[in-house]
Amino acid sequence: MNLEEKLYNIYADNKDKLNMDIPDFIREYADIAANSIIKNGIPDKSYENYKYSDFSGFLNNGLEYSLEPEKTNIDLNEYWQCQVPDMDTQVILLSNAWYYEKNNLENKFPKGVIVCGLREAFVKYPEIVKKHYSKYLPQNKDGYIDLNTAIARDGVFIYVPKGVKIDKTIQLVNLIHGFANRAVMQRNLVVLEEDASLRMIICDHTLNRTQNFINSLTESYIGKNAHLEYYSIQNEPDTAALLNTLCFYQEANSHLTNLAFSLHGGSLRNNVYSTLAGERAHSNLYGLFLSDKKQRVDNYTYIDHKAPTCTSNELYKGILDDNARGAFSGKIMVRPDAQKTEAYQTNNNLCLTDTAKMRTKPQLEIYADDVKCSHGATVGQLDQEALFYLQSRGISKKEAKLMLMFAFANDIVRNIPVIPLKEQISGLVDNRLRGEFTECKHCLLNCSRNR
Amino acid sequence: MLSIKNLHAEIDGKEILKGINLEIKAGEIHAIMGPNGSGKSTLASVLTGRDLFTVTEGKVVFKGRDLLEMAPEDRAREGVFLSFQYPIEIPGVSMVNFMKTAVNEQRKYKGEKPLSSAEFLKFMREKKEMVEIDTQLTNRSVNEGFSGGEKKKNEIFQMAMLQPDFAILDETDSGLDIDALRIVANGVNKLKTPNNCALVITHYQRLLDYIVPDIVHILYDGKIVKSAGKDLALELEEKGYEWIKNELAK
Ligand SMILES: Nc1ncnc2c1ncn2[C@@H]1O[C@H](COP(=O)(O)OP(=O)(O)OP(=O)(O)O)[C@@H](O)[C@H]1O
Ligand SMILES: [Mg+2]
Repeated sequence: MNLEEKLYNIYADNKDKLNMDIPDFIREYADIAANSIIKNGIPDKSYENYKYSDFSGFLNNGLEYSLEPEKTNIDLNEYWQCQVPDMDTQVILLSNAWYYEKNNLENKFPKGVIVCGLREAFVKYPEIVKKHYSKYLPQNKDGYIDLNTAIARDGVFIYVPKGVKIDKTIQLVNLIHGFANRAVMQRNLVVLEEDASLRMIICDHTLNRTQNFINSLTESYIGKNAHLEYYSIQNEPDTAALLNTLCFYQEANSHLTNLAFSLHGGSLRNNVYSTLAGERAHSNLYGLFLSDKKQRVDNYTYIDHKAPTCTSNELYKGILDDNARGAFSGKIMVRPDAQKTEAYQTNNNLCLTDTAKMRTKPQLEIYADDVKCSHGATVGQLDQEALFYLQSRGISKKEAKLMLMFAFANDIVRNIPVIPLKEQISGLVDNRLRGEFTECKHCLLNCSRNR
Repeated sequence: MLSIKNLHAEIDGKEILKGINLEIKAGEIHAIMGPNGSGKSTLASVLTGRDLFTVTEGKVVFKGRDLLEMAPEDRAREGVFLSFQYPIEIPGVSMVNFMKTAVNEQRKYKGEKPLSSAEFLKFMREKKEMVEIDTQLTNRSVNEGFSGGEKKKNEIFQMAMLQPDFAILDETDSGLDIDALRIVANGVNKLKTPNNCALVITHYQRLLDYIVPDIVHILYDGKIVKSAGKDLALELEEKGYEWIKNELAK
């Protein structure tokens, strides 16, 4: 039996359990996706877009699939103490991607706002879900997305009605625990109606040193003139693989800032699809990845300019040490109607050793004539002259290197508009570059200590 | 204070310094002049520990210690300072953070307590006034977008912050307007004490009107070919390097 058949069977054998109490349209999506796994395959290195990431090793590794809500005896709320100082945040917990039953969000948000588990939303808000679920997935088939659609049944659902601005920052924390190697499928749906605004942070925390495979997919609809700020903070053990796909759909005048911080992890893959569907929509895509030892990190972005006068600005930066492998592949598509598009893409990388390798592939595909687009990529080493300049003032070589790396990384960090959050993330990046534990000061989980 | 004996250095197998001998005592200022490519900046690089160059022969003793054995940062902490001919821009590293780190690493090396932020800022303000450097410059990244003259002023500002025992000024005068030249030279003179020394590399006699050297050396093809009092600079300006070539040919 090949991998695709194995995965198909996980769906087929557990269909009753998976599809219990959910609306028909979700079942239909799941059926189609499961069949597509067989038809289109699970990408490995032979797929152009997955040349540098291969999770089949993880998937063939006797993973335990989490196929129904997991009851936990421990009170995760007690366990979890994360907070960004001086920032009004609301933590929402997921337990192996299942919405944690003891999240207590009553009266925490303005009227009309819905925040609940996706599974709950399937039943309680089927009209909203139906309008958006699986509607913003890429046209090109991706077996990991199919896998998610086939068997992911929970995650968070957020609905922000017209004109509502949520001041609190929503922090979604997915705690991954258990003793077996887990396959965790997370599915989120975030809907912002016209003029709505939301800032959210997604963190994944693995509590055990198991060989987990996390396949997370978020779809987000950003209505007219709505604002979304979306952060992913990835801090996984060397044994874990995390695949994170974000699909954004933007209406006219909407504004998206997506910031991805890949701080640590055995194998990380970030897919970002952003569709600019309404005029004057703006997308900022930022990514910082720090990778060492034998870690892998792969970034794939696809910005689809469908409407005229939209702008996009993309900057990804990576620092690779030891034997790390990094990749960036970014496509900007400008459709024939998308006149007066402005799209800029840059990817800069530092390889600190001869054995660290980075592949970068920026791509522009332009079908409109009146556009301003640019792309560029660099792979280099620390500037030896700058290093010497700092040393010549009495700064140790180690500190001088850190200063230069930090300056390099700060091009991403400084785009965080909220100061307390910027300081928090800046601290995490600094610790990471210093080879110290990358955990927030207040975190009691100590998960980065069991690496 | 500084003693250089028979110093040879090469890059990519090409010998640039071909046996330099130089003694600088505490309280002295020496000037080095010499045609383009004669090895002046190379000497500065070798003394500060740039690893592009390989020392093949010779010895340098600074304050009784073997300088060539030391890492660049330790040379700096011991009191060696170079005002670069071409100061590099370092985007993303703020002047304040850079100088604070440098000052405190030096203090740590000497067993002194690090300066608090307030103490540091006060100290920095004083030094900025001394070299008349624009406040805005220290709010920016190191040398980023600085004009040529501003970069040179910034070097002297750093020198004032670090208070070296031995300063090498590599063409600090080039690119400075007349006022800036005077300010920079005044700064250098104010930093001068009977306990420290300096090596001033320049092409122009004019700087030496402000910073008056005890001895002027002429570096030619990797060797010091002539050393004399400050009038040598005047003579050189008048007669040009042809004169030295002819002297050597004799
Ligand atoms: N990085 C390098 N690689 C190769 N050759 C070098 C390098 N740096 C210096 N050189 C060579 O060494 C010689 C001396 O250069 P140096 O910069 O020391 O001269 P200089 O006396 O300072 O000249 P100038 O007055 O123009 O500043 C020159 O021939 C130069 O080409
Ligand atoms: Mg020179």
